[in-house]
Amino acid sequence: MTAMEKTWLDVGALDDIPLRGARLVKCAFGCVAVFRTAANEAFALEDLCPHRGGPLSQGIVHGSSVTCPLHNWVIDLNTGEAQGADKGKVKTIPLRIEAGRLLLDLAALGARNAA
Amino acid sequence: MGEKLVVIGNGMAPGRALDRLFEAAPGAYEVTIFNAEPRVNYDRIMLSPLLSGEKSFEEIIIHGDGWYVKHGVLLYKGHKVVAIDRAAKTVTAASGVTATYDKLIIATGSVPIVLPVPGNTLAGVLTYRDLDDVQAMLLAAKSRGKAVVIGGGLLGLEAAAGLKEQGMEVTVLHLMPTLMERQLDVTAGHLLQRTVEARGIRVITKANTQAILGETKVEAVRLDDGTEIPADLVVMAAGIRPNAGLAKEAGLAVKRGIVVDATMRTSDPDVFAVGECAEAQGECYGLVAPLYEMANVVAAQLAGEAGARFTASATATKLKVTGINLFSAGDFAEGKDREEIVLRDAARGVYRRLVLEDDRVIGAVLYGDTSDSAWFFDLLRRQTDISEIRETLIFGPSYVGGPPLDPTAAVAALPDEAEICGCNGVCKGKIVAAISGHGLKTLDDVRAHTKASASCGSCTGLVEQLMRATLGEAYNPAAVQPMCSCTSLGHDDVRRLIVAKALKSIPDLMQALEWKTSCGCARCRPALNYYLLATWPGEYQDDSQSRFINERVHANIQKDGTYSVVPRMWGGITSAKELRAIADVVEKFKIATVKVTGGQRIDMLGVNKEDLPAVWADLNQAGMVSGHAYAKGLRTVKTCVGTDWCRFGTQDSTGLGIKIEKFMWGSWTPAKVKMAVSGCPRNCAEATCKDVGVICVESGYDIHFAGAAGLDIKGTEVLGHVDSEAEAIEVIAALVQLYREQGRYLERIYKWAKRVGIDTIREQIMQDRERRTGLYGRFVHSQKFAQADPWAERVRGKDAHEFRPLADLNRAEAAE
Repeated sequence: MTAMEKTWLDVGALDDIPLRGARLVKCAFGCVAVFRTAANEAFALEDLCPHRGGPLSQGIVHGSSVTCPLHNWVIDLNTGEAQGADKGKVKTIPLRIEAGRLLLDLAALGARNAA
Repeated sequence: MGEKLVVIGNGMAPGRALDRLFEAAPGAYEVTIFNAEPRVNYDRIMLSPLLSGEKSFEEIIIHGDGWYVKHGVLLYKGHKVVAIDRAAKTVTAASGVTATYDKLIIATGSVPIVLPVPGNTLAGVLTYRDLDDVQAMLLAAKSRGKAVVIGGGLLGLEAAAGLKEQGMEVTVLHLMPTLMERQLDVTAGHLLQRTVEARGIRVITKANTQAILGETKVEAVRLDDGTEIPADLVVMAAGIRPNAGLAKEAGLAVKRGIVVDATMRTSDPDVFAVGECAEAQGECYGLVAPLYEMANVVAAQLAGEAGARFTASATATKLKVTGINLFSAGDFAEGKDREEIVLRDAARGVYRRLVLEDDRVIGAVLYGDTSDSAWFFDLLRRQTDISEIRETLIFGPSYVGGPPLDPTAAVAALPDEAEICGCNGVCKGKIVAAISGHGLKTLDDVRAHTKASASCGSCTGLVEQLMRATLGEAYNPAAVQPMCSCTSLGHDDVRRLIVAKALKSIPDLMQALEWKTSCGCARCRPALNYYLLATWPGEYQDDSQSRFINERVHANIQKDGTYSVVPRMWGGITSAKELRAIADVVEKFKIATVKVTGGQRIDMLGVNKEDLPAVWADLNQAGMVSGHAYAKGLRTVKTCVGTDWCRFGTQDSTGLGIKIEKFMWGSWTPAKVKMAVSGCPRNCAEATCKDVGVICVESGYDIHFAGAAGLDIKGTEVLGHVDSEAEAIEVIAALVQLYREQGRYLERIYKWAKRVGIDTIREQIMQDRERRTGLYGRFVHSQKFAQADPWAERVRGKDAHEFRPLADLNRAEAAE
C-alpha cells in the first residue's frame, strides 16, 4: 500500500450532498461537516463552531461561507476562520474530489486528537 | 348640517379641494360626490408605475373608503351625471339618482383624444386615462404580443415603457420630428429617443397614422406613407381635451374648457369648475401643480375666503419612467432677447440647457442628471437675478460662490419657499417645520405629515437630504435600510420588484436585482425564499437550502445540536390516545425532557437528528402531525374551555380555536404567528397579548391583533367586532394574508402594524369588503399548496439525506 491509499479515505460522492448544503461524516474523533457550495466546491471542517460549539453542518451555506445555526457566526470554509468582528477558527480537514468522489485526509483528523 | 355641496367627478383636483375644505371649514358642507368610475379617489399620476407593475392599486389610493365615512361624504361610485338643472339646482345621474345642491363643483376632467381614423373602434384600441385602461392594457400584455402607442408625449412614453416592462414588443408613433416636443427642446428630444430605443422600444417620428387595420380586432396600424406596423394592441395617447360637454349642455360658458374666473367660479356663481375641465385665463391645464392650486382656491372660496385667487405658476415636467431622468420647466423656445447656456457631457449622457431673458432663468431642460432641478426651478419661479452667478450657473448650486457643496449642503442652501415635492406642492419650509415640530425621524413619517414624496416619489432623494440636513446624525434612513450587505435594496423594494419583474426563483432574483454576492447570505436567502413563496403560491419551488435549519428539518435545534419535537394539539385539546403515544415515544427514544409549552402544547426535547423520522412516524401513527413550533408561520391557537364547561363562557371558544387552527395551519408568514381565543372577557386564554386574539362576548366576537409578550410587551389593538364564527375566520385569514403580503421577513405583526398604521389595516379588513374578500381568496388559494404534513412527507423519505450521515466511520471501522 502506498501512503496515499492509507491517508485519503473515500467518504461518499459529491452529489450525495445538496448544493449549498452539508452532510456529516462521523468518526472516532467527532463529527466532520462536509460542505458543497453553489460553485460545486467541497470543504471539510470540524462540525464545531468556535463560538459555542454549534453544529456548522446545520447552517446556511452561502458563497464559500457557512452561518452557524446557533448564533449566526459566519465561518469561511476555506480557512475555517470566523468572519467580521468575531474571532475564532475551526479546524479544516484536507479534502480532494476525484471522479466525483470525496476523499478526506484521515491522518489530519487523527492529528486533532494528538494536538 | 351645513349647505349642500355636490361634486361631479372624484379625481385628484376635487379630492384635494375637499381635503382643504374639511381642514378650513369642517362640517360646513354636506358633501355628495358622483363618480363615473366605480371606485374611490386614486392618484392618476401613478398609473404608469401601476402599468409597469412597480405599484399596486392599493398603493395609489388617495382616499380610501374610510375617508368618505370619516367626513360624512356620500359617494356614488359608478354613477355618471347626465344632467345639471341650474334653475332647480339639481344634478341627475344616468342611474336616475338626483341630488340638490347649494354649491356645485364640476370636476369632470378630460377625455383622451381618439384619432378620427378608420378602425379606431376596433377591439384592442385603447386610450390611457384611467384604471380601467391600465387593467385592459395589463390583460392585453399577457399575450406578450405587439403594441403600438400613438403619441410620443409624456403619457405615450410612460405607456410604452410600461407595456415593454410587461413583455410586449412596443412601437411608438409620434407625429412631430422629436419626442415630447412640448416639454423638450430638439436635442433633449433626440437624447430621449436614443434612451427609449436602447430599451428595445421602436420609435417612429413624423409618423402620421392613416388607419387602424383589422377585421374584428386590431391587426396593424397604417401610416400615410404606406408603412404597416403589426399590432395586437393600440394605445392612443395623442393628447386630451377638457371634458366640458355636461357644463355646456347646462348652459354654462364653455370655450375650450369650462370658463372660470380667478375665484374658479363659472358663469353661474354657485357653480365652480376645477381640474382639467376648467379654463382659467384662457388656459387649460393638465399637470398636477396648477390643478392643485385651483383646488386650493375652490376650497378657500367655499370656506368663505373671498380673496383667494388662482394665478397660474410655472410648471415643471418629469417623466415617470424608471431609469430615465428628465426635467423641463418654463419656456425654452429661442427668441431675439433670449440667451442660452448649454452644458453637454456625452460620456455621462448629460445635457443641460438654460434659457435666460434679462438675467433671469425663464426655461430649463435637464437630461440625464436632474439632481439640481429643484434649484433651477426655484430660480425660475422666483425670477432671481442670476447675473452674479452666471459664470457657473449651469453647473448647479454646488459651484455657486465657492467650493462645491455636498448634496446635503446644497439642499440646506435652498430657500424655505423652494418647492421640494411638485406633485403635492410642498415647499422646503413646510417639511422642515414638520420635522422639527413633530419630531419626525423617518421618511414615512414625513410622507404622512406633509405628503411630500408620497405621490410619484421622484423627490424622495431631496426629502431625505433635507431630513439629513435638518436632523444631522439623528436621521436614520430606516426606510431605505438595505435587506443585508448583499444588496442596497430594502425589503419593500425587493417585494415590489418580485411582482413587477415576475421574479420566480432566487437565482433569477439575484441576477435581475444585481445582488452583490454570488448566492446571498444567511440573512437575505430565508427572506427571499419566503417572499417568493408568499408571492407565487403553487408556482415557486421552495428552496430548503435557503431555510433556517429548524424549517429545513421541521424541528427546533437546541444548544447541543439535538432537536425538540412538538406535535400539533388543535386548540390545546388532547386525548388519552395522543398522550399514550407521546409517552411511548419518550420511552422508546429515551427523550430527556418533556415539557408543557406556553402555547398549550407538549414539547419533547433532546431528540437526536437521526431519530426524527422514526419519532414522527410513531406520532403520525397516533394521528398527530407537526405542530410547526419551529416555523415562521402559524404556531398555536390557545383556547379556554368556553361554553363547553365554563359557567362564564359566552361562545364555543375551544371549537372556534380548533377551526381557526385547522384552517390556517401550514401557512408561512414573515414571522411566527401565535393566536388565542378566550370564551369571555375574563380572557383566560390571554388573547390580548397575541398576534391575533379573539374575545368572545354575548353578541359575537371581538377580534384583536398586534399584541406582543416577548422582547416587547404590548396589549392588542381592536380590529373589529363580528357576529359569526365564519366571519371571524374570514377576518382573521384576511388580516394574516395582508401581513403575509406586506410584512418584512422576521417582522412580527405588532411591528408591521406599527409601521403601516393600525387604522390603515382596520380600514382594509373591516371596512373595505372587496379588499377583504380578495385577501381571503388569496389566503385560501395559497393554503392549497401549504397544508401537507411535513413530518409525514419525511417519514415517507423526503430529504432523507438530512437525517443520515454521509459516512459513519465508527461503524465502518467496527466492521473491519
